[in-house]
Amino acid sequence: MEIDPFIFRLSIFILSIFIGYYVVWSVTPSLHTPLMSVTNAISSVIIVGAIIAGLAGSTDNVFTISNILGFLAISLAAINIFGGFLVTQRMLQMYKKKKKDK
Amino acid sequence: MSANLSAIFYLVSGVLFILALRGLSSPETSRQGNFFGILGMVIAITVTFLLVGNFSSELIYVLIFLLVGGLIGAFIAYKIPMTAMPELVAGFHSLVGLSAVFVAISAFLNPEAFNLGSVGAIKLASLIEMSIGAAVGAITFSGSIIAFLKLQGIMSGSPITFKGQHFLNALLLILILVLSYLLCSSQSSNFFWILIAVSFLIGFLLIIPIGGADMPVVISMLNSYSGWAAAGIGFTLENTALIITGALVGSSGAILSYIMCKGMNRSFFNVILGGFGATEQSASTGNKEQRPVKSGNAEDAAFLMKNASSVIIVPGYGMAVAQAQHALREMVDTLKKNDIKVTYAIHPVAGRMPGHMNVLLAEANVPYDEVFELEEINNDFANADVAFVIGANDVTNPVAKTDPQSPIYGMPVLDVEKCKSVLFVKRSLSPGYAGIDNELFYKDNTLMLFADAKKMTEDITKNL
Repeated sequence: MEIDPFIFRLSIFILSIFIGYYVVWSVTPSLHTPLMSVTNAISSVIIVGAIIAGLAGSTDNVFTISNILGFLAISLAAINIFGGFLVTQRMLQMYKKKKKDK
Repeated sequence: MSANLSAIFYLVSGVLFILALRGLSSPETSRQGNFFGILGMVIAITVTFLLVGNFSSELIYVLIFLLVGGLIGAFIAYKIPMTAMPELVAGFHSLVGLSAVFVAISAFLNPEAFNLGSVGAIKLASLIEMSIGAAVGAITFSGSIIAFLKLQGIMSGSPITFKGQHFLNALLLILILVLSYLLCSSQSSNFFWILIAVSFLIGFLLIIPIGGADMPVVISMLNSYSGWAAAGIGFTLENTALIITGALVGSSGAILSYIMCKGMNRSFFNVILGGFGATEQSASTGNKEQRPVKSGNAEDAAFLMKNASSVIIVPGYGMAVAQAQHALREMVDTLKKNDIKVTYAIHPVAGRMPGHMNVLLAEANVPYDEVFELEEINNDFANADVAFVIGANDVTNPVAKTDPQSPIYGMPVLDVEKCKSVLFVKRSLSPGYAGIDNELFYKDNTLMLFADAKKMTEDITKNL
């Protein structure tokens, strides 16, 4: 009997939850705000769904509701991706160690 | 590009996202981690374009919308002040939620494009996944909007409660399940629209009863939801990168909510059911008696600190409100010139989101190895000469250790009262968010400095 591909995806999902659990516990508390902004940026990988939606459909009509929603979702996700990664970068740049030469 | 090859690339970007979070285990590796995250995102987006392989007239629109969103995002990222991070993150969560809803609707209307069957005959599993993604996405969206409005101060931070609230929420949750069932059995789009509408309503109702002080929990929780929404869509699209990311973000937000709840010694349900600030506040203001406090000015404070050999700074949300972090750093620099040892103590729930204070101090060029978490520094208070409490309140209240009747009893607090002397910068004697009086105000070794945090800090620096 063949295993439904859904089971494989579910396995990936469950195992990723465990990875997430251990990885996030090892994040230092002082970086919890960057953690939130970077998780926010990476969850916007949902843009792949938006791109598929935006590129779908027939060539004679670009503006079906499905396409338009795809376009809007692309913009929303792009705000998050650029905003999320850049603001994380900005924050992380500020974390500096004490200067040793004092 | 073949489906198998693209699946491998999606897996690669999933792994890069794991590495991005792994990098945050220390500030040294964090920037590299962020780079991995960006790389993972670039791979995922590029692969999607190649996979669809449709370079006709739609492509130009996709690129335009991508560019417009990207520019807006970049603009916000450069302009936003660090004190506004909680609002920004709440706002960003709402966007993830809304795009999840849009993608789910788009897949529902045009299932052929996603390989999910055809209109009216969408695969059952896909339909379930789609409804989960859309429902959680909608809850994330409306919940985050409310959180954003509360944090911005557009909406009052005090909890909004009404009779039968929990009953209504429970009813709506059951309604969502029923609607999902009806949707799956009939494939009728009407049920799908109602499902989304009810989910929007639930998100709204879930967040309005939660008070301003509980915002760290709410933001973490919404962070988690946005992850589960992404995972739901990931199952629909059969996309590994999205499933992995959703699971990572979901568990990350859940852990942060747990840490925040523990920092307040409250159960998660207690926070979610809400109404904390409102009830306690009315109870305490009634029996408030006038007790004597010692208050001083900047000169007294400067004198105390000049004669100290070690000082511990306890920052809180008030510091963020007064934008006093730079003035504080200048004061500390002056102290250090006089060979006084200065460290910072940060309570897990200080500020409006996890790690909020650390970012503000980092912004003011405070080296991160002078900043300590509660467990690391709590024993040092007994040996320190001066504790300088700026904008914090409840997290220093010794009542949490002594009075079992107190609503914050059992909450881990900073042992500020063990210091030889305590300087407490505050505008007035008003209670903090928990709505209870701080015993610390009335201790013999406490000197209250009634002023705006920024102004007081600057005045002290002048007197040093």
